[in-house]
Amino acid sequence: MLAERVSEPMEPQPYRVIEVRHETADVVTFTIEPTPGIASMDALPGQFNMLWAFGVGEVPISLSGLRPGGVLVHTVRSVGTVSEALTRLHSGEIVGVRGPFGRGWEVETAEGDDIVVVAGGIGFAPLRPVVEHALANRSAFGRVVVLVGARRPEEMIFDEDLLRWAVATDDIAVEVTVDAAGHDWSGHVGVVTELVGRARFDARHAVAFVCGPEVMMRFATRSLQERGVPLGRIRLSAERNMHCAVAHCGHCQLGEYIICRDGPVFDAARLLPLLTVRGR
Amino acid sequence: MGSVVIDRRGFELLIAALQSRDYKVVAPTARDGAIAYDEIGGVSDLPAGLTDEQEAGSYRLWCRDDDALFGYAVGPQSWKRYLFEPKTVVFRAQRVERVGFVRAGPSDAAPRYAFVGVRSCEIAAIGIQDRVFLGGSHADPHYRARRDAFIVAVQCGEPGGTCFCASMRTGPRAEAGFDLALTEIVAGDRHEFVVEVGSSRGDDLLGQVPSRPADSSDLGAARAVTDSASERMGRRLDADGLPERLAAVLEHSHWDQVASRCLGCTSCTLVCPTCFCSRVSDTTDLKGLEATRTRTWDSCFTLGHSYLHGGSVRSTIRDRYRQWLTHKLSTWVAQFGTSGCVGCGRCITWCPVGIDITVEVQALLAPLGPGRPTVSPGAGAPVEPAAPAEVPR
Ligand SMILES: Cc1cc2nc3c(=O)[nH]c(=O)nc-3n(C[C@H](O)[C@H](O)[C@H](O)COP(=O)(O)OP(=O)(O)OC[C@H]3O[C@@H](n4cnc5c(N)ncnc54)[C@H](O)[C@@H]3O)c2cc1C
Ligand code: SF4
Ligand code: SF4
Repeated sequence: MLAERVSEPMEPQPYRVIEVRHETADVVTFTIEPTPGIASMDALPGQFNMLWAFGVGEVPISLSGLRPGGVLVHTVRSVGTVSEALTRLHSGEIVGVRGPFGRGWEVETAEGDDIVVVAGGIGFAPLRPVVEHALANRSAFGRVVVLVGARRPEEMIFDEDLLRWAVATDDIAVEVTVDAAGHDWSGHVGVVTELVGRARFDARHAVAFVCGPEVMMRFATRSLQERGVPLGRIRLSAERNMHCAVAHCGHCQLGEYIICRDGPVFDAARLLPLLTVRGR
Repeated sequence: MGSVVIDRRGFELLIAALQSRDYKVVAPTARDGAIAYDEIGGVSDLPAGLTDEQEAGSYRLWCRDDDALFGYAVGPQSWKRYLFEPKTVVFRAQRVERVGFVRAGPSDAAPRYAFVGVRSCEIAAIGIQDRVFLGGSHADPHYRARRDAFIVAVQCGEPGGTCFCASMRTGPRAEAGFDLALTEIVAGDRHEFVVEVGSSRGDDLLGQVPSRPADSSDLGAARAVTDSASERMGRRLDADGLPERLAAVLEHSHWDQVASRCLGCTSCTLVCPTCFCSRVSDTTDLKGLEATRTRTWDSCFTLGHSYLHGGSVRSTIRDRYRQWLTHKLSTWVAQFGTSGCVGCGRCITWCPVGIDITVEVQALLAPLGPGRPTVSPGAGAPVEPAAPAEVPR
């Protein structure tokens, strides 16, 4: 009765950085591919990987892009030891990757409906693949509305994509806003939830995808509800401390859920009650 | 595979038979004033003639007036320290030119354990951790490799003052999950063990030991041991509908009341046989050429446990105690399909300030309004609500 050998879920695989793009002062987007001999992964929008800076540490980072041939894109904001090390990676260097983990946005289940993306700050990273999926399968969806907020203009990530999407006005409606700006900003100033009220979409036939700071997600949900989007058609991506991503370490619990396994994407009907209990 | 009876000498031969089959035999011993698990050389290493007295925040060993080998309840350790070790190297890598890094270990040769003296609540606790470490889509190879341990259960005859396995329906009688289960019968000159067989390898091992078939009076005597234990549980908890009932009291003022006593010391989580939280940390050698990933026991009572950039989600002790208790008795069910508590009482005994999960639940669920029973903090009389404190004039 010898135990069968089980593979080690905590073992990262080496990926090579093939492109680095500095989005803002502290946000970097890098494109990676598996090194020879490493099987490529089938990841979905909304899923995440554990990214390992050799010997420094490992953190959960969402997929911010999925490219053909197992090429992956991640966007990292430097906020601490590990994320800082990741933003210092150069082209040609190696990063350890475990994944993909979690339940994604399941964009395909919104086919036939309007898509409303509401993003705040680095929360735009996991949402970019939603927009890319909708544009790649444009005829499968109704209106595509992208609402993005940042604290200041210089903190807006993916500005090239936003510009490109905004130019293709027939296909997609893009609105951006910042919390505060100088005179050189001609766009909207205010919180992203204000954009929800003005955006053009059919609330009864829309699915909303929301990611950002927890307060922003609560307010965005409220605005969407006021527009008439049912809670069950609003999807949020939750965030908690995470060490293992395979539901063993206990850190990412939120009430009855284990976020790395049951999320990170939840519909608001399930998640909102948990987010409204303080200190949970 | 009917039950048999072996005597003390037979039990010695049973341990020797395990050792001759290359098992590392781990069993209770008396160490540092407590019952502690350790590798044993033979039956003489067991805590013969000892018993324990347990209360909220207190533990004492006493001498018994017989030579029983298993005449005590569970001590501070649980078998989790062998299956889910306090510290495990899960991955090691070497930096290599061009390919970046390659795996350099660990080469995890799991010990071949035989656990002797496993109580019913502990079998239940192992079953709960099985669901966590083996039941999901990613199995933990370290746990898996150790889980094949040979299990010699011992039926409980001496429940501790903080035990409530009968309430949690995890004991005191083990019905499954063992290779062999012993009921120790000590009466006058008689010192025997009624042995139930739970697996073919248990049956096989028992074949090496002289025994006689158990008759109905032996089986009756064995049954009486656990029946009497069942009636002498030191604690009780009304477990019906607990997940829903606790989910409804998340903002109860009693959480603040517990928080005013709780030190956030993590002791309750370390002694708990089901608590599974761990922290993963990466280190390198000084040259930065070799990296090691280590998993260590963690606790939801630490601030770091819920740390997110900017601060901890569960920033107060109230939040952390509430997380712990509601996880054990409420949200665990949704997460893994069972309760997270087996009623072993360790968290009560080993809490330095005597916080008692059974008392806190009772206070949280007490009907509101006039006549609501007050539960005195840290009181060691949880079965009935303590009498209302006298109001000083
Ligand atoms: C599912 C998921 C997806 C994420 N996607 C992205 C993304 O696409 N881009 C991005 O920039 N950030 C993302 N984050 C947040 C990112 O993981 C944290 O910023 C990062 O863990 C911070 O680690 P650090 O070592 O740099 O910071 P420190 O503050 O030094 O953190 C110390 C430790 O605390 C933990 N920790 C701290 N903050 C967080 C956090 N916010 N979330 C989880 N654990 C934390 C980590 O275990 C970390 O090792 C995501 C988080 C989750 C849970
Ligand atoms: S919560 Fe307490 S009584 Fe329940 S299993 Fe854990 S230590 Fe034992
Ligand atoms: S309940 Fe007791 S044992 Fe647990 S953290 Fe608080 S003081 Fe420590």
